Amino acid sequence: MSAVQAVTPFETIRTPDAASRPVKIHTVAVKVTYGQKEALHGVSIDIPEKAVTAFIGPSGCGKSTFLRCINRMNDTIAGARVEGTIKLDDQNIYDPDLDVVELRARVGMVFQKPNPFPKSIFDNVAYGPRIHGLARSKADLEEIVVTSLQKASLFNEVKDRLNEPGTGLSGGQQQRLCIARAIAVSPEVILMDEPCSALDPIATAKVEELIDELRANFTIVIVTHSMQQAARVSQRTAFFHLGHLIEEGPTDHVFTNPLEQRTQDYITGRFG
Amino acid sequence: MTEAASRLPVSRLGGPEVRAISRIDIGLRRRYAAERRFRAYGLAAVTIALCFLLALFGSIVGKGYTAFQQTRIAMMVDFDASIIAPDGDRSPAAVLSGNAFRFDDLIAASLQKTLELDPDDEDGLYDGLDLLSKGSAPMLRSMIAKDPSLIGTKRSVDFYATGDVDSFVKGTIRADIPESQRLIKDKHIALIDKLEKDGALHLAFNTGLFTNGASTRPEMAGVGVALVGSLYMMLVVLVLSLPLGVAGSIYLEEFAPKNRWTDLIEVNINNLAAVPSIVYGLLGLAVFINFAHLPRSASLVGGLVLTLTTLPTIIIATRAALKAVPPSIREAGLGVGASKMQTVFHHVLPLAMPGVLTGTIIGLAHALGETAPLLMIGMKAFIVEYPTTPLDPATALPTQIYMWATEPERAFTERTSAAIIVLLAFLLAMNSLAIILRRAFERRW
Repeated sequence: MSAVQAVTPFETIRTPDAASRPVKIHTVAVKVTYGQKEALHGVSIDIPEKAVTAFIGPSGCGKSTFLRCINRMNDTIAGARVEGTIKLDDQNIYDPDLDVVELRARVGMVFQKPNPFPKSIFDNVAYGPRIHGLARSKADLEEIVVTSLQKASLFNEVKDRLNEPGTGLSGGQQQRLCIARAIAVSPEVILMDEPCSALDPIATAKVEELIDELRANFTIVIVTHSMQQAARVSQRTAFFHLGHLIEEGPTDHVFTNPLEQRTQDYITGRFG
Repeated sequence: MTEAASRLPVSRLGGPEVRAISRIDIGLRRRYAAERRFRAYGLAAVTIALCFLLALFGSIVGKGYTAFQQTRIAMMVDFDASIIAPDGDRSPAAVLSGNAFRFDDLIAASLQKTLELDPDDEDGLYDGLDLLSKGSAPMLRSMIAKDPSLIGTKRSVDFYATGDVDSFVKGTIRADIPESQRLIKDKHIALIDKLEKDGALHLAFNTGLFTNGASTRPEMAGVGVALVGSLYMMLVVLVLSLPLGVAGSIYLEEFAPKNRWTDLIEVNINNLAAVPSIVYGLLGLAVFINFAHLPRSASLVGGLVLTLTTLPTIIIATRAALKAVPPSIREAGLGVGASKMQTVFHHVLPLAMPGVLTGTIIGLAHALGETAPLLMIGMKAFIVEYPTTPLDPATALPTQIYMWATEPERAFTERTSAAIIVLLAFLLAMNSLAIILRRAFERRW
């Protein structure tokens, strides 16, 4: 692993956090290859607990690929191979003994396009708790659903139509439903893969507000194309370019005073 | 703003630009003409197809509808106890055994009465008997065996007329051809006219067409055994090919690694779908009958062979339906921590269900009409008795049609068409069911 780092011409520039938070996810030299093509060339990063970490960078830079390593979603892609270490609370998630289903219950995910199940709003949120056996009774389940919808600030909009299909909601509501579905299984980490790219500005604002609230209870990692969004919602920002992690540090630091020329060029819109 | 924009190029660029615009116009006209031509071709193709379909249905229905009615001759029968049960034993077993000709005597007696014949007029009696189906005496016997309380009573019984009389009454055997070439002679015509005038000869709905088994006498032949055989086969096909096909497709589509072996399997499944069905018949003959020693002509073997022909269709349809489920649903399931199996069975399969069911029913409909493999395994036998289990010999609707089509009698010609109508009705019903199920399972996206 150290050999890999030695041949890498890129040295990630790190700025430590002023208010240092405990580390939730710790990765060392994560490499991802799709068949013959290496998409990620060794990413090492520490993601702090109960904070929002934003991954920014141009399309194809590997930020989504890296995000999907954290809950092993890349396992589902044929020919994808992941090397390196990813630790969640000191536990290696690529350990053969680790159950991937349990991992995904601990690390939830919200996708780019809202993808509610074609079932009722209630069933969408209740699905996770049901399969994991989190509710002991029907009342229990109802409580989990209501709390999750409330946490996702969706409850007031849908409380009268919980039995209507989730696919009938507007795009922004659907995405908040997906967030409610993710938090219903009480994960520790929520991964968000460009959660607002399919939403209008008003729905985006609502989701961003929600992300800010969720930070109190969850560790959030968000991939975004919008630098304004990264600046608004995140505490730490990591800049990816061509499969390398170029720079990472506190968000205000990265945006106002980047140490690396490429970061500077990207956030000022000179490329990407 | 739009006005300014549209006016600007013309005023600024003048002459040459105008020519350029008109050149675009010519191109447009050609493109629109091409589109109109294409539409006309399409319309013509659909019209021709509809015409052929109409001609096909018209000819089949036109030839076959008469078979749903049948000529009957109603006669008062005296169920004389001294003839039927000369030794006093009225049990069904006693009725079925003993001298079979005693029932012919009953019929002869009632025919003499109906035609008001002189008891000594033997020629007249035989001419009259010519009109009645040769199956009349066995019919009377089984009727009495079923209900021995008839013995000693007098009751009107509807006898079947022979197929030739039936054809004559329906006009397919014409009276204006010379008597020597006619199957129905003048003396018969006289008797038919007399019976018709008395109201004894009449047309009735042909229930026997649906309930009877094979018979050399067209008036007694029906598709009953073939219907039961086809039903058994469809059950076998459904029970075997739906779970096997769906489970196989789910494995191949969702779980199997994508490598050279699965590619090879996929190519071969597509090849199997194109294998002529008679080859499956040979395979069934070799494997199920010669090797596994399953009975010949059994609907179980037919079902097994048809399962082989149907499986590729179902697998291809199911895989296409599974492929059409957006990957975002799989990600959603996996993302909340569902296992792969849970994701497939809770989310992917329900969404693929309309496609799976349509594919299955189309496959079944195909199997229902399949003939060649059934000929190979001997399902074109002369079966009179209903099969009680799928292991009993039976025929199938398409093979019954094939057998009747080779019979020379006029009455079999109309029955062939009638059997085709029955088969088409089943296919239509199955396809409608496919559409209904598709609607029922389709979820709004």
